[in-house]
Amino acid sequence: MKRSTRVQYLGFGFLYLAVLISVLALGAIVYFITVNGIKVINWEFLTQVPRRAMTRGGVAPALVGTFYLTISAILFALPMGLACAIYLTEYSPKSAMVNVIRMSINNLAGVPSVVFGLFGLTVFVKFLGFGVSILSGSLTLGIMILPGIISAAQEALIAVPQSLREASLALGATQWQTIRKVVLPTALPGILTGVILSIGRAAGETAPIMFTAVIFYTRGFPKSIMDEVMALPYHIYALMTEGTFPERQTMIAYGCALILLLLVLMVSGLAIYLRQRSRKYELT
Amino acid sequence: MNLPEEIRIQAENINFYYGEKQTLKNVSMAIFKNRVTAIIGPSGCGKSTFIRLLNRMNDLIPNTRVKGRIILDGQNIYDPDVDVVTLRRKVGMVFQKPNPFPKSIRDNLGYGLKINDIRDVNLIEDTIRHSLEEAALWEEVKDRLHESALRLSGGQQQRLCIARCLAVQPEVILFDEPCASLDPISTKRIEELIEQLKEHYTIVIVTHNMQQAARVSDYTAFMYLGELIEFGPTEKIFTIPEDKRTEEYISGKFG
Repeated sequence: MKRSTRVQYLGFGFLYLAVLISVLALGAIVYFITVNGIKVINWEFLTQVPRRAMTRGGVAPALVGTFYLTISAILFALPMGLACAIYLTEYSPKSAMVNVIRMSINNLAGVPSVVFGLFGLTVFVKFLGFGVSILSGSLTLGIMILPGIISAAQEALIAVPQSLREASLALGATQWQTIRKVVLPTALPGILTGVILSIGRAAGETAPIMFTAVIFYTRGFPKSIMDEVMALPYHIYALMTEGTFPERQTMIAYGCALILLLLVLMVSGLAIYLRQRSRKYELT
Repeated sequence: MNLPEEIRIQAENINFYYGEKQTLKNVSMAIFKNRVTAIIGPSGCGKSTFIRLLNRMNDLIPNTRVKGRIILDGQNIYDPDVDVVTLRRKVGMVFQKPNPFPKSIRDNLGYGLKINDIRDVNLIEDTIRHSLEEAALWEEVKDRLHESALRLSGGQQQRLCIARCLAVQPEVILFDEPCASLDPISTKRIEELIEQLKEHYTIVIVTHNMQQAARVSDYTAFMYLGELIEFGPTEKIFTIPEDKRTEEYISGKFG
């Protein structure tokens, strides 16, 4: 065998191995969480409030809390991030100032989530007086996922061929019409990919909501966005670090993890469905 | 040909700068009504730059400057009070590479009407049909208007782009190397189309294909290194050019 062919085999082999390891790791996570979590999941677990020091009953308040927090965070971050991305790619002049803004946004993406938690505590909970609430928590989560959404949206907007913008403008469309009716619909699939990734992050983070939105235990469901809530990631953390019945609590924690996984899958599924629909006229 | 012709667009002493670099030098030229004017010249001679000035498409390119005047309907289109949107509705453009929107065939054609706030469904349907017929595409797509425009062949896509341009009823149509990415048969169809369109529209076409210019145009402008070297009736340019450079270019000595 020629040397170049051998090197090629080696290269392809390495790529294959990398894919295999990634898929195995992912599969292992899903497998263990499912196997351990499925045992405690039943209708009661999904619909009831926790009882007997959280060793019995269900986790419905945490499920509902995480759902509200995630959806509200997206509802805040998506329009905001999209607006920023549109300004930065379509309107802003090429200036040093804009470069600084871009760099800041990219750096914001690297800030540890607990820092966002402290920021949320200072600004939303205390300074703006929103208290420990869904509002404070989802704004904090929203700011945390904002850089990701802005970057994804920017990439998607930049990927829209300039020739489509020219086609629209040459027909006598204004720049705003061009953005709304040609650029955004074309960029939508890429934007939604960013949203999908953000959903997982917002739903799974503990640190940003620890000081801003969640409480350890509540029997009730939130009635307004000013209420504090339970949340699945924090509930898992609490079950694993506190309490007096570790064996029972560990099982419930796995159950929560599985539900969290399914919840993220469901919400992402909706975004994936929207993405497929928006690709109707693309060629595959 | 019956001279004198009616002037539709008059370019006067056009200079264009890309940053520090001057890419058009003192270009003055008339575009005659209901005639096809071809602009030829080697790559980088400024022919595309010039045609894109006629509907202010170069406004989109940062760091550029225009000096001189382009008169359309008695007004310099570079005057500060000119509404560029209105100008572009009057002066349409077909680009080098077919650029249909990733939408259905119908939505591609309806786009120009929608942005003009035309909501009358019957009017929209009529205009779509009429534009497609004018662009010689109706028979091929009439049963698949709901399909993605990207499913059409390259030649069909370019005719769709022409139809899309016609749907907003421009008065002047600019073709920027419309056949550059098309096969010979599609090219022939577009050329025939241009021939028919000049009855109702004033047409300017940039082409690197001299035979094409000779076939479709009434007037030809030869540009070289940012200058307009020679302008005149196509017949004359291709048979008895005045400038030596024109003669060398059309006889294939360079290009």
